[in-house]
Amino acid sequence: MLIKKGSDIKWSEVTPQRTYLDRRKFLAGMAVAGTTAVAGLGVRNLISPSVVRADGGSGLAPIQGLQKSPFSTTEKITPFKDVSNYNNYYEFSTDKYEPAALAKNFRTSPWKVTIDGHVKKKQVLDVDEIIKMASPEERIYRHRCVEGWSIVVPWIGFPLSELIKRAEPLDKAKFVEFTTILDMRQMPGQRTNVLDWPYVEGLRMDEAMHPLALLCFGMYGAALPNQDGAPLRMVVPWKYGFKSAKAIVRIRFVDKQPENTWNRSAPNEYGFYSNVNPHVDHPRWSQANERRLGEFFKRPTLMFNGYDQVASLYNGMDLKKNF
Amino acid sequence: MRLGWKAYQQDLGANPIEVITHATGDWTLRFLLITLSVTPLRKILKQPWLIRFRRMFGLFAFFYVCLHFLTYIWLDKFFNVHEMLADVVKRKFITVGFTGFVLLIPLAITSTAGWIRRLGGKRWQTLHRLIYVSAIAGVIHYLWLVKADRTKPLEYGFILFVLLAYRVVVWLGARFVQKGALRGELLKPAKTLE
Repeated sequence: MLIKKGSDIKWSEVTPQRTYLDRRKFLAGMAVAGTTAVAGLGVRNLISPSVVRADGGSGLAPIQGLQKSPFSTTEKITPFKDVSNYNNYYEFSTDKYEPAALAKNFRTSPWKVTIDGHVKKKQVLDVDEIIKMASPEERIYRHRCVEGWSIVVPWIGFPLSELIKRAEPLDKAKFVEFTTILDMRQMPGQRTNVLDWPYVEGLRMDEAMHPLALLCFGMYGAALPNQDGAPLRMVVPWKYGFKSAKAIVRIRFVDKQPENTWNRSAPNEYGFYSNVNPHVDHPRWSQANERRLGEFFKRPTLMFNGYDQVASLYNGMDLKKNF
Repeated sequence: MRLGWKAYQQDLGANPIEVITHATGDWTLRFLLITLSVTPLRKILKQPWLIRFRRMFGLFAFFYVCLHFLTYIWLDKFFNVHEMLADVVKRKFITVGFTGFVLLIPLAITSTAGWIRRLGGKRWQTLHRLIYVSAIAGVIHYLWLVKADRTKPLEYGFILFVLLAYRVVVWLGARFVQKGALRGELLKPAKTLE
């Protein structure tokens, strides 16, 4: 049991003022939206007039009609150049600067996604059908890598819960498992045994249903670059980056906790939950601080990466044990 | 040098400090291995003049390990002594890397001709065998810090193994020859070992 006394709460855990102000902005926005909706103009007001775009032509198809999200941070966005050239994508290479070139000709169309396991609607969908399921939102999230660096990215997608609801999971479904494509021909990293391929990740059902958990197919106003997980990936902003599977071909609903790849590779270093937690060190390095790309000094890492709204998911759980 | 130029050009990628840390670590290991290959090369290739470069290579290794260490204490820890001590105690890859670094310090200090004279060749040589320990520590440091891909540290490890194995073979050979000579036997095996 993790019961915190008042004195245990450090300043680093307190919701930052920015987030707090955002919440007020959110409420104010809701009020405004509500009134204007009455006037019959609501939806227009919510559609973002100025979406964050990649600086310089990225050549990727722009995504229209993006809605802004109250979950977006107002922190400075990391340049597109960095987010699309500094990638931990072991399917292509263990070198962070190589996936950008190696993924250049990666084929993301046609792309099928299998939805199966304990659901009423088992089906194989084309990724384009999935993208059309719900209206796309821009979500500017903090993204914290387990290695100790972080970025701020304007992702595009919709809550995973939209897909889950449509799949109609059965009561037996307790976890959602994501599988990345296995294609040695296109992914040179899969010809090595650095990790057990294909890459598998998972979330508990309530985590997967949380509105922050984003099914993502774009960033910076356009489609995802291949090296960032095209055509379909997860973004789970309160967990370390590796929990967000890329190039997903299968979403399976299961009754047992999935064996995620990094956990299988080093169980003492990478847990199933892997929530961002400054108080639980990686055995080989501290997680108390992080380096935001583009910044010289390190900044303190926030509990749940600053997404305190997920804390209730873990009530009564020892997060030191369930790291 | 290349690093400095790239930094000047702002071409160190998205995470320059990580690049600097890795590059200085890599060059330390490379120069340690180059230093260790001087003796085998000069003997096998019969090019005794190579020895003149050994000190320079060794000092290059020391130069890079200093930069590597400085990157760590400054750009990674910002001189936070408490955090650094915790690292050295808790994280074995840092413990072993730090050990390797500390062991190189006396070697750098005693690298001058004056020190060789003061210590006497034999003692100086014994002291400088610490480089073996340092190089092993360096490779282990690298091996323990990687997340999953052990290719590069194992490459360094293999080269180091070959360089150290050469010395073991030579040493065993010398002992064999010595014993043989004491017993008044023929010195034939020595020829194959040259």
